[in-house]
Amino acid sequence: MKKLLSGLALAAALSSPVLAQPTDILNVSYDISRELFEAVNAKFVPSYAADAGVTVTVNQSHAGSSKQAGLIKEGLEGDVVTFNQVIDIDTLAKAEYVAADWKAKFANNASPFYSLPAFLVREGNPKAINGWADLAKDGVQIIFPNPKTSGNGRYTYLAARAWATEEYASDEAKIEEYLKKVFANVPVFETGGRAATTTFVENGIGDVLITFEAEVLGTLKIAGEDKFDAVSPAVSLLAEFPVAVVDKVVDARGSRAIAEAYLNYLYSPEGQDIAGAFFHRVHEEAAVAKYAGQFPEVRLVTVEDVFGGWDKVQPEHFAEGGLLDKVFLNQ
Amino acid sequence: MATAGTIKRKHLLPGFNLTLGVTLSYLVLIVALPLSAMLLKTAGLGWSEFWRIVSSPRAMSAYWITFSSAGAAAIFNAFFGMLLAWVLVRYEFPGKRLIDALVDLPFALPTAVAGLALVTLFAPLGWYGQFLEPLGIKVHFSQLGIIAAMAFTSLPFVVRTVQPVLEDIPGDVEEAARTLGATPRQVFWRVLFPLVLPAFTAGTTLCFARAIGEFGAVVFIAGNLPGKTEIVSLLIFIRLDEHNYPAAAALATVLLAVAFLSLLLTNILQAWQLRYADKH
Amino acid sequence: MQTSTDRNVRGTSGAQKPRSAAAWSLIGLVYVLGALVLAMPLVLIIATGFRNGLAAWLASNLEPDTLHAIWLTVLTAIVVVPINIVFGVCAAWLVTRFRFPGRRLLMTFIDIPFSISPIVAGVVYLFLYGAQGLFGPLLESFGIKIMFTVWAIFLVSLFVTSPFVARELIPLMEQQGSEDEEAALSLGANGWQIFWNVTLPNIKWALLYGALLCTARVIGEFGAVSVVSGAIRSKTMTLPLQIELLFNDFNVAGAFAAASTLTLLAVVTIVAKGLLENKKGG
Repeated sequence: MKKLLSGLALAAALSSPVLAQPTDILNVSYDISRELFEAVNAKFVPSYAADAGVTVTVNQSHAGSSKQAGLIKEGLEGDVVTFNQVIDIDTLAKAEYVAADWKAKFANNASPFYSLPAFLVREGNPKAINGWADLAKDGVQIIFPNPKTSGNGRYTYLAARAWATEEYASDEAKIEEYLKKVFANVPVFETGGRAATTTFVENGIGDVLITFEAEVLGTLKIAGEDKFDAVSPAVSLLAEFPVAVVDKVVDARGSRAIAEAYLNYLYSPEGQDIAGAFFHRVHEEAAVAKYAGQFPEVRLVTVEDVFGGWDKVQPEHFAEGGLLDKVFLNQ
Repeated sequence: MATAGTIKRKHLLPGFNLTLGVTLSYLVLIVALPLSAMLLKTAGLGWSEFWRIVSSPRAMSAYWITFSSAGAAAIFNAFFGMLLAWVLVRYEFPGKRLIDALVDLPFALPTAVAGLALVTLFAPLGWYGQFLEPLGIKVHFSQLGIIAAMAFTSLPFVVRTVQPVLEDIPGDVEEAARTLGATPRQVFWRVLFPLVLPAFTAGTTLCFARAIGEFGAVVFIAGNLPGKTEIVSLLIFIRLDEHNYPAAAALATVLLAVAFLSLLLTNILQAWQLRYADKH
Repeated sequence: MQTSTDRNVRGTSGAQKPRSAAAWSLIGLVYVLGALVLAMPLVLIIATGFRNGLAAWLASNLEPDTLHAIWLTVLTAIVVVPINIVFGVCAAWLVTRFRFPGRRLLMTFIDIPFSISPIVAGVVYLFLYGAQGLFGPLLESFGIKIMFTVWAIFLVSLFVTSPFVARELIPLMEQQGSEDEEAALSLGANGWQIFWNVTLPNIKWALLYGALLCTARVIGEFGAVSVVSGAIRSKTMTLPLQIELLFNDFNVAGAFAAASTLTLLAVVTIVAKGLLENKKGG
């Protein structure tokens, strides 16, 4: 019994909520941003120490964007969220974790950098996959993460649909038929973007990986240009990576100052430079110029243009029984 | 209180109230309460919704993959376990103690480590994969991989249940059979095997039950292809990720029911074994 | 086959030197299968973990995230194992020293977590302490958080390993009977004295053995912990979860270094188990 009590006391001492001003924040992020935020945090900590005189710790949690939003609603205490999709923050706003006007709190729709769905294929592109049309071909195996859990996967769905909407002049029956073929070509839906990359790169499954351009180019750099090729479709969808302070958490913990400084840092020249170095497209001029060479020209359409905004996308496409469920038959 | 008092008087030793209190409160807090929370969640679904979830095609194929793989793993371990137990009990040979110790490895080794080891061994360029792949045998990301992971993690059960029983069989049982003119084969099948049968079945059932629940080792090697290598545990995990809690609760309830059934079965088998032991 | 059974079945008490070709072929089969199924995975993990030398192995394990995962894993064992020892001893004393209605049922109940899939163990705790769970909202209003903290990791580990000590003690204490304790009682010893001086010396090796199995399982638990952890780096990652994370980070060297650390622990467990078995045996 004594052991039990001392064990509990020890555990309590280790995990009791810090009542004083906290010096750590948790950044709950999407799956493929692991390397990016590791680099950001390494630079942010000294920069914040110089400004505020406090050495802070930034903890990270990574998984599919929507899974992460769900975990926060389930009680994961993230001070900031750095997601890859507007609706994942909207759902937190609806549950009153995040201010309703979160998009106005930071520049560019609260999206410090952006990317787009792009393709990674095996060396020499043996299946000749050059655009969205090729994904519906028989015998092509596609890997992208589960749109139910991953913002990355939802962008792929939306980008394919955006292309098909133009191609088939909004003929819904044809669009659906195309998307059904695409989804039927996916042998495995991983729950996060990184797991999808691992499946494609390490496990050798699939002919094409569809993921953010940042992950495509980053993977190419790590895994070797002699093994894979990057393919940019002629048209793709703008993928904003929105950020927000989780008000409910920072107000309870007293960590608002650090959380806001952290997100502002992402917009600073240093923050933008790191994002660019990790193959994210950025807004800050110097960084834009510095990294312009690494991004191919792609015509970008937006969710607003094609689908009338995220407010419409969520109920029409992603709600239970929505348009996604009609084509995602093997879920 | 009256019953507690009468019970207490029957016991000579002290500590009934204390141990009953500690045991019951701990079981309620740690085991019963969480289990009822989930059953409550499932009960909230209603029968038709529950049935729709647990009988969906994807769930059905997950059951089939899980149970058939666990069955195959149990059969492999029934043979390998029996062989190991027999050889370890009957013969003296170099390295016997090492092999005996290694039998415990699957229990001591974290399942995630086992999974990492298996996926590396069976990878196309791995130590085993390089020989199997040219023969067209794909273990990596196929059902064979699931079977390998399940078989590895549940390997000790048959060995460790059969071993003590074999050790306890007195030599004169077989001696008597031999002098009565039984052939060695008859001695094994008619005399020895019936004696170890309860332990052997109990071990195999435990092995099967453990294999059904295995997750850590399987996720590394299975590559979760729905309908091909997706086991029930993994499907529950994915439903949780999708925040489809009703589906997770319903499927978890199915696994729970299977666990209860297998527990019941092992208890019956063990009672049978005890009766056997008493008789002989 | 015939001769082998003929020779070796005779005089079965005690192992013999194999004399026939058939006996040797059975042993040979055990060698081959033992090497392929049991030894190879062990060799692979250790060899790959130390491939780049001891210094690299050490450096990987001293990475802040991995080091924290090691610490959390050890802490979980420190918290969980003593509690389950207390529970196991109480439960074993209760069901082997007393006869009462519902005793069999209780024994079955003690065993339940043993046969439950780890994922289900995680799920049941989520439905109890999650924000949408049975108690989650109530606890949250008091400012108590369990899900995605180390508390949740402790709780699921307690659940998963609760039967381990009891399972070792119950058969042994049942078999030993309570005559010794009753004799001590008649000599005027009180309950604690009986337990410390009579019972404990009789069960100490089995108790240690159960504690060892419990420790090994706590250290290695993956499925249940992964449901309730929230995967916060340097906070709620145990070592088995860290291995998967490193693997997905493309840090294969780091994953194998962490895995080899756990493997070394497993080897220590097996050696300790062997020593304990000798003690138990006499």
